[in-house]
Amino acid sequence: MTAIRRAALAVWDFVVGDDWRVALGVAAAIAVTALVADSTVAAWWVLPVAVVVLLLDSLRRAARR
Amino acid sequence: MSGQELGLAVAVFLACSVEAVEALTIVLAVGATRSWSSAFAGVGAATVVLAALVAGLGTALTALPISVLRVAVGGLLLVFGLQWLRKAILRASGLKAVHDEEAIFTEEAEAARAAALKQGAFDGYSFTVAFKGVLLEGLEVAFIVLTFGANQHHVGIAAAAAAVAVALVVAAGVAARAPLARVPENNLKFAVGIMLTCFGMFWGAEGAGASWPGGDAALLVLIPALALFSLTTVAILRRATGGVIEGVKA
Repeated sequence: MTAIRRAALAVWDFVVGDDWRVALGVAAAIAVTALVADSTVAAWWVLPVAVVVLLLDSLRRAARR
Repeated sequence: MSGQELGLAVAVFLACSVEAVEALTIVLAVGATRSWSSAFAGVGAATVVLAALVAGLGTALTALPISVLRVAVGGLLLVFGLQWLRKAILRASGLKAVHDEEAIFTEEAEAARAAALKQGAFDGYSFTVAFKGVLLEGLEVAFIVLTFGANQHHVGIAAAAAAVAVALVVAAGVAARAPLARVPENNLKFAVGIMLTCFGMFWGAEGAGASWPGGDAALLVLIPALALFSLTTVAILRRATGGVIEGVKA
């Protein structure tokens, strides 16, 4: 394994952690917040809802293992 | 000190305390079994790297526009916070073994004894293990210090909270001359996970253009609400699974 590949894997592991779906979900939720904020609808609720959904989904998969 | 500044200091202090306890266990294990001087050299080198990282990236981050900074900081804090909270919930519900500092100390000490020891003043094994231990445990805290501090333009407060936490943990370790097994690490991780996630939600939403009802006071609702949700989840998981432990380390 090259040093660059090892460093890339270390950064991925550090930032993304055990569950890549959580990191992807957070990025998607922030994007949805920006889209909703551009409309006339209040956007503050998007991230709290996303946190509940992402956390429960991640815990459900961990509990099944 | 404002509410957000106090929240910043408390979150950094708690996060740094937990990571310092884990780093202390590794340093104690190699120091006690092989070479204190080489282990301390490793700690010193890792501290210099972490301080340079905070100083360099801290200056760069504070130069970013506030909305970009808040989206980046909010996103990172959310990802880190959800990782901490997920592990803390799994441990509290019995689905993952609680971090056992004494077991980790024994494991590290056995590995240190098994590694070949060359005669001489400098022990490369002790240096490397202490350096990696402090750097890896400290890296997450450095990012928390940076993200929290840069977002509120208070890297100094965040760094001071981290320094106080390290000083207290080291003092307790020197007094006990043993790994700090009695520190309620999972409770601290639970609290840190909740705070990081809540600040991440707050800043991430603001950076993306949303406005919170009540402004900063929204945090006073978010934090207890997420704590209540997490504790309820622990109770439900405990009842549903009966708590099957899967391993020792995170």
